[in-house]
Amino acid sequence: MSQDTLFDKVWDLHKVSSLPGGSDQIFIGLHLIHEVTSPQAFGALKDKNLRVKFPERTVATVDHIVPTDNQSRPFKDNLAEQMIKTLEKNCLEHKIRFFNIGSGSQGIVHVVAPELGLTQPGMSIACGDSHTSTHGAFGSIAFGIGTSQVRDVLATQTIAMNKLKVRQIWCDNKLSKGVYAKDLVLHIINELGVKAGVGFAYEFAGPAIDELSMEERMTICNMSIEGGARCGYINPDEKTFNYIKNKLCAPKNEHWDNAVTWWKSLKSHENSIYDDVIKLDASKVEPTVTWGITPGQSISINQQIPLLDDLSPNDQLVAKEAYEYMNFKPGQLIKDTPIDVCFIGSCTNGRISDLKVAAKILKDKKVSKNVKAFVVPGSEKVATEAKKEGIDQIFKDSGFQWREPGCSMCLAMNSDKLLGNQISASSSNRNFKGRQGSPSGRTLLMSPAMVAAAAINGKVSDVREFVN
Amino acid sequence: MKSKFTPPIGKISNINGQCITLIGNDIDTDRIIPARFLKCVSFDSLGESVFEDDRKTLKGKHPFDLEENKNASILIVNSNFGCGSSREHAPQALLRWGIKAIIGESFADIFYSNCIAIGIPCCTLPKKAIEEIQNYCNNKLLFLEIDLKKSIAKSEDLNFNLEIKVSSRKMFLSGEWDATSTLLENENLIENKFNQLPYIKFNTNL
Repeated sequence: MSQDTLFDKVWDLHKVSSLPGGSDQIFIGLHLIHEVTSPQAFGALKDKNLRVKFPERTVATVDHIVPTDNQSRPFKDNLAEQMIKTLEKNCLEHKIRFFNIGSGSQGIVHVVAPELGLTQPGMSIACGDSHTSTHGAFGSIAFGIGTSQVRDVLATQTIAMNKLKVRQIWCDNKLSKGVYAKDLVLHIINELGVKAGVGFAYEFAGPAIDELSMEERMTICNMSIEGGARCGYINPDEKTFNYIKNKLCAPKNEHWDNAVTWWKSLKSHENSIYDDVIKLDASKVEPTVTWGITPGQSISINQQIPLLDDLSPNDQLVAKEAYEYMNFKPGQLIKDTPIDVCFIGSCTNGRISDLKVAAKILKDKKVSKNVKAFVVPGSEKVATEAKKEGIDQIFKDSGFQWREPGCSMCLAMNSDKLLGNQISASSSNRNFKGRQGSPSGRTLLMSPAMVAAAAINGKVSDVREFVN
Repeated sequence: MKSKFTPPIGKISNINGQCITLIGNDIDTDRIIPARFLKCVSFDSLGESVFEDDRKTLKGKHPFDLEENKNASILIVNSNFGCGSSREHAPQALLRWGIKAIIGESFADIFYSNCIAIGIPCCTLPKKAIEEIQNYCNNKLLFLEIDLKKSIAKSEDLNFNLEIKVSSRKMFLSGEWDATSTLLENENLIENKFNQLPYIKFNTNL
């Protein structure tokens, strides 16, 4: 059983009681909500005649259903309009702070909360969205919950949960040029498998993680859930504190020093005990692309799609399904696979640094005429910053469509969808069957830089040929 | 669709019903209920859309479309069932289709807690036992009696020792799986915790 890791300290701090069944009652320090998984929770409160217990501990934004072409109200899609209206009404009625479209701070919930300084070390954070693990990048323990648990958090600010085990994933050395956080996390998921994290929190540590910027760390923690781990985190350091400092909701004045002192005390240390430790060499990671229907089915850019015999018996069932669905042959190279759509955005890779990396590759280049390419900033703040730096113009000049902030084609709840069996190069997080809006659409996950390279060449490409 | 939907309530100790098997590892919640069906403010109509895209692809041959399965209530799955998105719409869609319990090799974490929260027991069995059930179901209908108290599932010719998390089992047997009221009982402790947390006083702008 783990002891004295950051996870243990933060869990114990938030434990309210041991419940009769044996699980723990955990206080949720920050609750984030959006339009898709909250309406039924507010409905249930009403049915039970309950109020929101700590309205100031819940913050809302709208992201999943928002159109990215024209955000004027009412939305063209009646159902989407109904969902945003319901959220507006619920926030107003329960006095919940809501960062709506046009506020300057709306965006994907996991992009917005860190930007506002809401996400801080040592907090417990929950949201009705599996990518809540993103916030672990700050040394918080953050996890996705379902709608019934959203109801519980609204009504009690707590949830019932079994304590997770802790696995440290130690990443030695550092990433090579042209290799990004996305490649590292895809590599980790491939090495460990998509269900290895079930029952675990992942602590990402080591020189390669220390080296990463806060936004890159968010990319890593974001995809913990794709490895089965509901929660992923990184111990906070000076980079964490510098990122938070002066943000809207960051501790101010005399509180700042106290906060930093406390945050520092939370870190795991050399005597912390883990349930499991895995070590890997980050310098060996290459630009990585998924070829299948789970985020674990990935290969390096120059590798062949694995043969059935190369895979463990447990992986063969899904591999067979993947060859068929993707219409790929075992042994085929992933490089040079023609691409129909390029998507840069999402809570994994829709931040300003992601856009900058892609823009650097796209500068003075043109998107292939066979490709539809679009970029969806993760938030209004990301969009504003990009415009200030002229990044939007680089995208537009290259042939990318510049859109309004939202989740967009990561999960295709708005009108941004693949058509038929189109293949996308996507900076998002899931390549599940049908994920990007077409029941036969195909998704290749990769870093934003790799998406940019694919957009220029019209096919899966090695971004290192552009950055050297 | 079947008879009118009534949500589970109170103590759950025995589930008897016909099995429906779904073969495949890592079946994610996008497949259980595609994202376009999440554009709703109530779960009521999700039952008919469960596995919509998989069912369309199989043109009537999907287990959830087979006539012989229309009254099934115990879903048999392989490993890492329900991975991906945290959407509770997935177990809600299964529940509204008629699923009352799931037996599988393993479940994704968030899907599992969502099932518990809405009253669907999820039990695990080793891969071999799951395969045995799947093979059996290839030839004839299997009716299982799940007894959560004894953690067993049995039919006329099969017997299994189920694994179910102690906390979940206790909650189903006591009827406390609908957690809100249990959590609310500790209202004073919640207030105390709120007052003790160091960051509450750091954050003056929240």
